[in-house]
Amino acid sequence: MARMKQSKNAKELNSFMQKKKGIYSWDRMMPIILATIAGISVLTTIGIVVILITESAGFFQAVSITEFLFGTQWTPLFADPKFGVLPLIMGTFMITLVASIVALPIGFGSAIYLSEYAPRKVRNFIKPILEILAGIPTIVYGFFALTFITPIIKMVIPQTDLFNALSAGIVVGIMIIPMISSLSEDAMNAVPSSLRNAAYAMGSTKLEVALKVVVPASFSGIIASFVLGLSRAIGETMIVTLAAGALPNMDFDFLKSIQTMTAYIVTTSQGDTAYGSVEYRTIYAVGITLFVITLIMNILAGYISRKFREEYE
Amino acid sequence: MMQLDAEKQMRRRKRKNTIFHILFLSSTLFGIVALALLLIQILVDGLGWLNWDFLTNNASRKAEKSGIKAAIFGTLWMMSITAPLSFIIGVSTAIYLEEYAKNNWFNRFIQTNIANLAGVPSIVYGLLGLTIFVRVFGFGKSVLAGSLTMTLLILPIIIVASQEAIKAIPGSQRNASFALGANRWQTILRVVLPSALPGILTGSILSFSRAVGETAPLIVVGAVAYITTLPNSVFDKFTVMPIQIYTWANLPQEEFHNVASAGIIVLLLMLLTMNAVAIFLRNKYQKKN
Amino acid sequence: MSIVQIKDLDLYYGDFHALRNVSMNINEKSITAFIGPSGCGKSTLLRTLNRMNDMIDSVKISGAVSINDTNIYNPTVNVELLRKEIGMVFQQPNPFPKSIFENVAYGPKIHGIRNKKQLDEIVETSLRGAALWDEVKDDLKKSAYGLSGGQQQRLCIARALAINPKILLMDEPTSALDPISTLKIEELIQELKGDYTIIIVTHNMQQAARVSDQTAFFLNGEVIEFSDTSKLFSNPNEKKTEDYITGRFG
Repeated sequence: MARMKQSKNAKELNSFMQKKKGIYSWDRMMPIILATIAGISVLTTIGIVVILITESAGFFQAVSITEFLFGTQWTPLFADPKFGVLPLIMGTFMITLVASIVALPIGFGSAIYLSEYAPRKVRNFIKPILEILAGIPTIVYGFFALTFITPIIKMVIPQTDLFNALSAGIVVGIMIIPMISSLSEDAMNAVPSSLRNAAYAMGSTKLEVALKVVVPASFSGIIASFVLGLSRAIGETMIVTLAAGALPNMDFDFLKSIQTMTAYIVTTSQGDTAYGSVEYRTIYAVGITLFVITLIMNILAGYISRKFREEYE
Repeated sequence: MMQLDAEKQMRRRKRKNTIFHILFLSSTLFGIVALALLLIQILVDGLGWLNWDFLTNNASRKAEKSGIKAAIFGTLWMMSITAPLSFIIGVSTAIYLEEYAKNNWFNRFIQTNIANLAGVPSIVYGLLGLTIFVRVFGFGKSVLAGSLTMTLLILPIIIVASQEAIKAIPGSQRNASFALGANRWQTILRVVLPSALPGILTGSILSFSRAVGETAPLIVVGAVAYITTLPNSVFDKFTVMPIQIYTWANLPQEEFHNVASAGIIVLLLMLLTMNAVAIFLRNKYQKKN
Repeated sequence: MSIVQIKDLDLYYGDFHALRNVSMNINEKSITAFIGPSGCGKSTLLRTLNRMNDMIDSVKISGAVSINDTNIYNPTVNVELLRKEIGMVFQQPNPFPKSIFENVAYGPKIHGIRNKKQLDEIVETSLRGAALWDEVKDDLKKSAYGLSGGQQQRLCIARALAINPKILLMDEPTSALDPISTLKIEELIQELKGDYTIIIVTHNMQQAARVSDQTAFFLNGEVIEFSDTSKLFSNPNEKKTEDYITGRFG
């Protein structure tokens, strides 16, 4: 090797002044290619916003925004159509309410169990099961609501409709449990164990450590997981389409058929409403309403959890 | 006396701890019980209907002649476009964001944008696909329109998973490569991607299974349920397994609910296989480090 | 004869003035040690020599760093080829998660060598050069992660030798190793001196005294003293150097 070095002449010594050759030139093109591809996700957002705005603009030329936002009847296919979106929002709200009554305490409790109580072995057994639960398609959940939960409810309360808000809401709740549980658990795991040890050293029980140390310290992360879970419930479509019915109303009766914003979009786009008609454009008007509501909730959740991150890093 | 009080209080605290322990454990078990009930019910209803004819028959007006063949093929057709496309776009975007992008407002905007896209309800992607792919591009209610819609839907998930996998590669690996005179692209291709690949694949497969199970956006894009011919090209109309199940579940006859259960078993088996592959890859990868 | 010439070098990380007016010439085929307390700029200077500081966005540099009288911060310089001339060994052993063979062959492959026989030769020469060949010659296909820390670090040295550099930069190469591995590396550094110009950053003054020909003492981004190692440790010119080597601070 020494001999090799000594034989180098002066020109070779400054070899790093050479022009870039073929094997190095991909390096200059790749960032441009990759950045262009990365632009697709921006285009997707722009696409969503633009089509929702332009298509619903056509709708709002025919129907006033006031009627849309404050009207209490949603009958776009009737001879005398009414375009008040409140019944659909009411339907979505009812589903979300039932889902949160089911999912928030159970998701929260299971997060505490997995993060504070569960022995390693149990945890390693339960976590994959929750992942499977999270991976089950919503159509399967919808079928479960219709063919399992609804008959049980009807057994207890016989006057319940075949399609009802309660059954769909319960199952939407079951669907979002894994999400809330795993996000809350992440937040709890981020609490430094030194804080727990300090509390244990003073003779606290597990419960006291969990509720007085871990939960307060991870509170914003837990709240963020709740908000994200609810946003998922609001956007959920197939469970409510299958099990909650198609009757938009303001009755606030959980045993009756209702309709959510998402179910309306699915049901209407299946039908044969003429392209370009006001009825056709209703799906975009409802879509933009849904989009804005979930966007606000997601931004809110992001804001809450960012604040939370600053406390520990 | 005081000691007695303290002991009593201690016992009370311990009892409270035990009660809540049981409460927290049962909320964890709730999910497991729900999963078990769901699976048992579907197996009981569906297993009897699951046979070779069911897999090889097309849709029919009669329950006993109904099959899921067209839907299986539709799903495969769709995934043969969605999987490679979303993988290429997603991994490229992740590489750009993690390895090239400087920390400026534009790149932060892309990052925030991806986070928000992940939270957009799937039905909204359906509206996007219906407007852009079905109408503006004129693909009609075709395999292509459905596949592209699904690609956009799972893109944020693949991007985020790939970013996590790339982030996990320590900077010292990159420095070693740069110090040997490798440029950034060589370093990405030969050091970063080989190490990040198991993580990227795991995330990608999990998002593919999300696409296989999605229903709502494809209904909006116009995947039709009653189909008796298989697609021959990407411009043909098609249906997928979840939509076929949805249609059966919507029929009033009790037998069709059993057919739906049989369909769900096939769908879940496919998803279970995909998830098992993903988990296998992840475990293999975790052991290595 | 000097191979590296540094003139009036200033370096900033954003607002932080990390190197102040550094000038020095480094002799060919000798061992130069950089010593000083943490954050004194010794590693920073090392990283300017192969332009690894280019990776950090906020770095600003003025002055000149020349190798064989060519300024390496000249805009026409090809950084990849520059780094081919300058090998680097890091503080923590950082082999790639590949086989021992692939680790050593990585550099040559990057620079376009495809021929299997040629690669075999380079790998053997480099591993011999790093005094690792006898220990690993039967396990070339095995993962580098199976080696001990000291072996991994010698593998990293072999990897650096494989691109046939003129200069070898070592950034605290033994700080993560046990005493016996450290000794082996120090012996290796002495052997390599015949063929390479070696610049070693170390926080260990005895190490600098043991292995180097010349030593530079850094404090707060300035070179306080740069002279023959024997002189610097026995009879320093500067009070600050004396305070540091006698353990009064740092």
